[in-house]
Amino acid sequence: MSGPPPRLILDGLTKSFGTHRAVDAVTLELQPGEFFCLLGPSGCGKSTLLRLIAGFERPTFGAIRLGDQDLTGLPPHRRPVNMMFQSYALFPHMSVAKNIGYGLEGIGRAATAERVADLLRLVRLDGFGARRPDTLSGGQRQRVALARALARQPKLLLLDEPLGALDRGLREETQGELRAVQRRLGTAFVVVTHDPEEAMMLADRIGVMEAGRLVQIGPPTELYRRPANRYVAGLLGDVNLIPGQLGSDEAGEVRTVATAHGSVRGIVAPLLAAGAAVVVAVRPEDLVLGDAGLPVTVTETTFLGDHLRRTLRLPDGSTLRASGRPTDTDLQPGSETRAGFAPEAAAILPA
Amino acid sequence: MSSTPPSLFDRLIRLPPFLWLAAFFLLPFAIVLKISLSEPATAIPPYLPVLDWRGGLDGWSSFLEALNLDNYATLYADPFYRDAALGSLGYAALASLILVAVGTPLAYALARARSRWQPMLVALVVVPFWTSFLIRVYAWIAILKPEGLLNLVLMHLGLTAKPLHLLNTDAAVMIGLVYAYLPFMVLPLYAVMNRLDPTLRDAAADLGASPTRVFWSVTLPLSLPGIVAGATLCFIPMVGEFIIPDLLGSSETLMLGRVLWSEFFSNRDWPLASAVAVLILAIVIVPVVLFRDSLQAGEGR
Repeated sequence: MSGPPPRLILDGLTKSFGTHRAVDAVTLELQPGEFFCLLGPSGCGKSTLLRLIAGFERPTFGAIRLGDQDLTGLPPHRRPVNMMFQSYALFPHMSVAKNIGYGLEGIGRAATAERVADLLRLVRLDGFGARRPDTLSGGQRQRVALARALARQPKLLLLDEPLGALDRGLREETQGELRAVQRRLGTAFVVVTHDPEEAMMLADRIGVMEAGRLVQIGPPTELYRRPANRYVAGLLGDVNLIPGQLGSDEAGEVRTVATAHGSVRGIVAPLLAAGAAVVVAVRPEDLVLGDAGLPVTVTETTFLGDHLRRTLRLPDGSTLRASGRPTDTDLQPGSETRAGFAPEAAAILPA
Repeated sequence: MSSTPPSLFDRLIRLPPFLWLAAFFLLPFAIVLKISLSEPATAIPPYLPVLDWRGGLDGWSSFLEALNLDNYATLYADPFYRDAALGSLGYAALASLILVAVGTPLAYALARARSRWQPMLVALVVVPFWTSFLIRVYAWIAILKPEGLLNLVLMHLGLTAKPLHLLNTDAAVMIGLVYAYLPFMVLPLYAVMNRLDPTLRDAAADLGASPTRVFWSVTLPLSLPGIVAGATLCFIPMVGEFIIPDLLGSSETLMLGRVLWSEFFSNRDWPLASAVAVLILAIVIVPVVLFRDSLQAGEGR
C-alpha cells in the first residue's frame, strides 16, 4: 500500500426500511487518519450508517467512495474496510490466533503467524494466541476484536460502540489505548458511540446524529461551545436554555435576545432572522453569579466534591443550574443575586 | 444457582418420569431379555420356561437353570444374523450421511429465510407427519413402481426408453429412509442454526471471507451440535427400521427389523426374535452414549 491514504466520502447516503428513513441524506468527508465519532442516542441511525459503510446494508440512495474507489455496490468481503463489532463477534470455535489470522488468507502460514504475533503485541496480548475467546476477560476479548479488525490493514476501521461492553474503570483506560493505537497506525477510525464523554475524549471530530440526519459535524470544543441546535447542546452536556426573542439591533455575530427577565447577549446561530423565537444556551459552568445579569434566587446548593452545583430560580419560576468552585459557599439557599454570562459563552439557537 | 436442598415437592415431581421408564421401558425390556434367554417350544406362548411364581425359591432356581445363551450364540455363529446386523448399520449409516448432506442446506435455508416466513416453512417440514407413516411409504411404491409416477416422467422426458427397475432395490430403501427421517434431521439442525449469532457471519464476511468460506468456516462448525443431534436421532430408529425395507426393499435387503419380524411372526421363534431385539438395543446404545458425551463436552467448553 503506497500513496496517501484515501479519504472516505459519503454522498447523500440514505437508507429506508419501509417508510422509515434510518439514515437520511448523510453527506460527510473524512480526513485521512482522522478519528471520527458518530454520536447519538440509540435508534438515531448511527449503527445503520456504520453497516452501510461496511457493506452489510445496501443504501437506498447515495454513494460511498474511498479515494477514487466506489464502494457503493461492493459486498462486505470486497471492501478495504474492516469493522469491530459491539459484541466483538469473536469466533467461539477458534483460538485467539485463529481469530486474528482469519482475515489473512492467502499470505502463507509463516507470514500469517508473524503478522498475528505482531498484532498480539500491539494489543498487549503476547502469549494468548492459543487461548479460546471464552477464557478471556471482557477487556482481553475487546483487544482481540481490535487486533482481528486491524489484521488486514484496512484503509478505514469502523468501531461499533467499542467500549460499550466494558465497565467504567476499564473504559477510561481502553479509551486511551484506542487513541494510542490509532495514532500509531494512522488508520482512519469511525467510532459509533452514544456516550458524549467518550466521543469528546476520543474524537478529532464528532458527527452528531438525530433521527437519521447528521445534524452537526465539528471538533468536540466547537460542538460543546457552538452547538447548532438545542438537541446538540443538550447531548454534549448539561445546559441552561433560556427562551426569548432575537433582537434586530445589529448584524454581527453577537446579538441581543429579549427574555422575560431582561435582555442578554450571545453568539447567534446562522440563518436566524430578527424577531425569531430563540433559546439562549448557557453551560452551568459559564453562569457567573454577581452584580450583572438575570435576577435569580438561590434555591439549592449541592456539594459535589470537585464543584458546587446551585439551583437558581428565575422570577417566572423556571430554574437555571450553575456550577462553581467548591469553596464559593457564601451564597446560601434563599439569597438573591444576579446570573450573568459572557456573550461568547452563550449560543443563540432556534427555539 | 441456589444450593438449597430439594424440597419434598421437588423430589416428587421427579418421580413420574422414572416410574414411566420403569413401567414402559425397563419392565418390558426385562421380559424381552428373559425370553431371549429361553428356549423355543411348541406351546402358547411359544417358549420355555416361564417363571413359576408359585414355586417360591425352587421356582427361581429352576428358572435360572433353564436360562441359556444359545440364542445369542446362534446370532453370533450364523452369518445370516451378522450380515443383517452389518446391513442395518450400513443402511442406517449411509442414510444418515445422505440426511446430513440433504438436511444441512435445507435447515440453513430455513434459518436464513425471512423471520416472518420461518414458522410456515418449519410447519411445511412437519406437515407430512399428519399423514400416516404407512400411507406415505405406500405412496413411494406408487411413485417408484415400473408404471409409477417417476418412470412415467422419465419416459415422457425421453430420459429412458423402458421403465427403470426402481422399486424393491437398495436405492428405494435409501430414498424411503431419507424421506421418512428428514424432519428429524432438519428440525434440531434448524434450531441450532437459527440461534447462531448473525454478527459472526457479518464478522467473517467483513474479514474478507466469501459466502462459501463463511459457511464452511463459521456456520457449519458452529452447527455441529445440531448435525450430531439430528444424525443420532435418525440413525437410532433406522437401525431397527422394518416397514421401509419390507415395503420398498428387495428380498435381499437384510435389516435387523425385518429379521426380527420374520423370526417372530413367520418362524414363531420368540426367543431368537427377542435376542435380535436386544442386539438392536445394544447397537444403538453406542451412538447414544457417544452423543451424550459430545453434548457434555460441548457444555464443558
